[in-house]
Amino acid sequence: MAAKKTRILIAKPGLDGHDRGAKFIARALRDEGYEVIYTGIRQTPEAIVHTAIQEDVDFVGLSLLSGAHNELFPRVVDLLAENGAEDIVVFGGGIIPEEDIPSLKGKGVAAIFGPGTTTKQIVEFLESARESS
Amino acid sequence: MDLVTEVRRGNPRAIARTISLIEDLEPEAEGLVDDLYPYTGRARILGITGSPGAGKSSLVDRLITLERRRGRKVAVIAVDPSSPFSGGAILGDRLRMQTHATDAGVFIRSMASRGYLGGTAAATGDVIRVLDAAGYQSIFIETIGVGQTEIKIVELSDIVLLVLMPGAGDEIQAMKAGIMEIGDIFIINKKDLPGADKLLAEVQYVLGFKSSNAGAGPDDVSNPVLMTCAGGAARAVGEDGIEQLEVAIDNYAETIESSGKLAEKRHFRLERELLGILNRKVHQLMDVHIEVSKQLPEWTDRLYRRDARPYALVNAQISNFMKERAGD
Amino acid sequence: MAEKFEKQKEEWERSTVEPLLGRHPERRSEFVTGSDKPVDRLYLPDGYSEAEYLEKLGFPGQYPYTRGVQPTMYRGRLWTMRQYAGFGTAEESNKRYRYLLEQGQTGLSVAFDLPTQIGYDSDDPQAEGEVGKVGVAIDTLQDVEILFDSIPLDKISTSMTINAPAAILLAMYIAVAEKQGVGKEKLRGTIQNDILKEYVARGTYIFPPEPSMRLITDVFAYCSREVPLWNTISISGYHIREAGSDAAQEIAFTLANGIEYVRAAVAAGLDVDDFAGRLSFFFNAHNDLLEEVAKFRAARRIWARIMKERFQAAKPKSMMLRFHTQTGGSTLTAQQPDNNIVRVAIQALSAVLGGTQSLHTNSREEALALPAEESVRLSLRTQQILAFESGVTSTVDPLAGSFYLEALTDRIELEVWQYIDRIEALGGMIPSILKGYVQKQIQESAFRTQKDIEKGERIVVGLNKFQTEERKPQNLLRVNPAVRNLQVEKLSRVRASRNASRVEKTLKQLREGAKQRDVNLLPLILEAVKEYATLGEICRILREQFGEHRETIVL
Repeated sequence: MAAKKTRILIAKPGLDGHDRGAKFIARALRDEGYEVIYTGIRQTPEAIVHTAIQEDVDFVGLSLLSGAHNELFPRVVDLLAENGAEDIVVFGGGIIPEEDIPSLKGKGVAAIFGPGTTTKQIVEFLESARESS
Repeated sequence: MDLVTEVRRGNPRAIARTISLIEDLEPEAEGLVDDLYPYTGRARILGITGSPGAGKSSLVDRLITLERRRGRKVAVIAVDPSSPFSGGAILGDRLRMQTHATDAGVFIRSMASRGYLGGTAAATGDVIRVLDAAGYQSIFIETIGVGQTEIKIVELSDIVLLVLMPGAGDEIQAMKAGIMEIGDIFIINKKDLPGADKLLAEVQYVLGFKSSNAGAGPDDVSNPVLMTCAGGAARAVGEDGIEQLEVAIDNYAETIESSGKLAEKRHFRLERELLGILNRKVHQLMDVHIEVSKQLPEWTDRLYRRDARPYALVNAQISNFMKERAGD
Repeated sequence: MAEKFEKQKEEWERSTVEPLLGRHPERRSEFVTGSDKPVDRLYLPDGYSEAEYLEKLGFPGQYPYTRGVQPTMYRGRLWTMRQYAGFGTAEESNKRYRYLLEQGQTGLSVAFDLPTQIGYDSDDPQAEGEVGKVGVAIDTLQDVEILFDSIPLDKISTSMTINAPAAILLAMYIAVAEKQGVGKEKLRGTIQNDILKEYVARGTYIFPPEPSMRLITDVFAYCSREVPLWNTISISGYHIREAGSDAAQEIAFTLANGIEYVRAAVAAGLDVDDFAGRLSFFFNAHNDLLEEVAKFRAARRIWARIMKERFQAAKPKSMMLRFHTQTGGSTLTAQQPDNNIVRVAIQALSAVLGGTQSLHTNSREEALALPAEESVRLSLRTQQILAFESGVTSTVDPLAGSFYLEALTDRIELEVWQYIDRIEALGGMIPSILKGYVQKQIQESAFRTQKDIEKGERIVVGLNKFQTEERKPQNLLRVNPAVRNLQVEKLSRVRASRNASRVEKTLKQLREGAKQRDVNLLPLILEAVKEYATLGEICRILREQFGEHRETIVL
């Protein structure tokens, strides 16, 4: 077993309690060899960022189905930057209308994965993001 | 960023990055640990272990609250096993401590057991040093106490808290003898569950055995046994047993400090660690010069075919190694 | 079982099936239900004797109610068409409710936003980004007054999907009715009020299990005296299924929760027959048509037996499992959304063939957004077409006697009992939840299902087979982001115009009452909401007294 691993924080910001997708992704990514930190539901952006920094993750995956993504996703990106951690890559998943994606990307969210996304697609993204960093 | 300075200043990013370098076995890690070493030795290190579901994380969560109330900075290293199949891991212990996520005086780091050269304990020991140097006064190491690896990790601590819970089956018998041996403070969590009193009696019985076997003398500390109820419903102050636990920990710490037992323990630990580093380094050297890892399958094969003899083979290799080194 | 035909079946397999299989193998080596359970090629008559028929099936409206809780079912009265709706402000939701009622909906179903469900006012920092998004934002009685403006509460029944703060919303509803001149003894409706499933499948809990159960039994007791026509709880399996469980688990965990609620109420001193008739249930209508029908029938049979044998219920109403159904949201895709219309029609059919008392049908763009007016109208039409054109309502329990269906019903029943026994062995539902047993079962099932989809073993049309170039979705509903500011403004106006000292007094009384286990909190909450205490203020008091629950994660 090689010692170096990619670490990913899977987080659910805001009040949304639907964690089926987040739990699935956490487990699926573990099975692909990643170290996944999962912190459960109802995380504030502040808690997410502090956790990401302490755990020195390479990626933060935000899962949200309640429609609050336009407020909460950019907040996480901004807080990471404020704390000198802008190199941590943020991606998101859940129920996010396609028309919101360009603006989220503009605000620093690297990718958005909608319903029907496969594990393979996410792994492809993670691998290519890692290579280019 | 000058990591050593930043770590000593308590910069979380620096602390986290340094820990990662240790975890990833990066070459800079050694120098960093050495540079931080003079600033270590102040923290109280508490190992906490027990079977899954016993409520360790909830207990730690409560203890963190109490420590913070006394103005102490707290760090937690939560160790979880890596998957033997994929090498990945799900690290979910910090979930039960997330109320402290935004407290600057609390640092929580999840570690996977990975496949460390020298074992997870070696890496964990260095991570403890980083947190110590960063000014964290209580450092908890949390791990599931089911195997030798976990016992080694827990031996890194000054005080070992063993967490049990009622109804988990013939727990004491099933537990590796090693765990009961190294436990300092025994905690029966979820004390409201049926079977708590029975478990208490069992623990006291085994501890009685242990102290009589060891020929308990006047400076042997007795092992406190406490009943707690961390996790689940909020309870009135004092009802959940956590304050009492905190007091027991303080008393125990004081006792082993004044009796010299703590110094003895730390000496022993450092001795083992030195040996560990030595062994690792020698092994690394050997690998470089006589390519042990690469050659091992071939040597094994020769032995298997009775084409070589064990000690002659190894002695010959070591001779080669010495010659190579002399030639450097 | 079917020994009569055993020989003939073997003969049939030898002479007719095998030769064909040689030339034309079956499409799969194994066929399974939506819950991954094996399905045989053929089912034969079970050979139920008369006594067996009466014991297992019986007659509709009679114990064990397998065939339905009413003797005439839809010949007497169609199921209530009750579309879940709510978003943005009370004004906007009120508009949608009036539209639906005009279009022929027969009952209201209110969706609340997450801050409301979790006891936060719209101006709370925790509510950031969430106000009005998944349901209507309710902060004070004033919002509820607006919500039901021009809607006569004595003429319609209202279902409110609210759990942790259910008592508060019920109090507000009662207060609004009072202002309309409608006495509480006339009010018809439901509050979901099912906290146990929140801990394992939905996540909108506030307080830990013990005080939450206290609030729930307070509602049971209060309503049995004051609001006798009200369904005090909707014990839900819908969300458990959505979280990934299979059909048997959906029923098992729901009924196990039900057992817990009945136990708690009895322990609180209530007579089972005084409240059990007002317990209702809420299930999912998933993809596998026949498995779903079997599931509903098994559920009725099991619950009847539990109430009769475990709790010694005497009144027939106490043993009847009445339920609302919603078609499974998680089965719908973002890809080729029109396919969802077809899915929903089949799922709705299963609920009707299964004997549901009320039904919500999802809309085509469910995977993308809250439904626009035209979409929700179409889902309502789906129900109306089923009711008036399909003919399945002309007789009771039409599929009974299908060899496959009865075998399925029996099989699901067996599995459910096994789960229930396991949970009892663990000490009941609350220990099972705290230990993570329930969550683990759900997750395992969810993980397997998703993996099967990714491997292509489970086909989702349009997603992993028969894909097309996706068109950009049009005309999706967007919640007005200004909702939060509107609510915050409203809140400050209400705070300014109410009597602060009276509010303070009612909150103080509530705090005192919460400290004592034997005080029913409903009247105290009612007093507070009438003075326009906010939802957040009331919940803050309760949070202080009861504490907050923290998740048990099992991954």
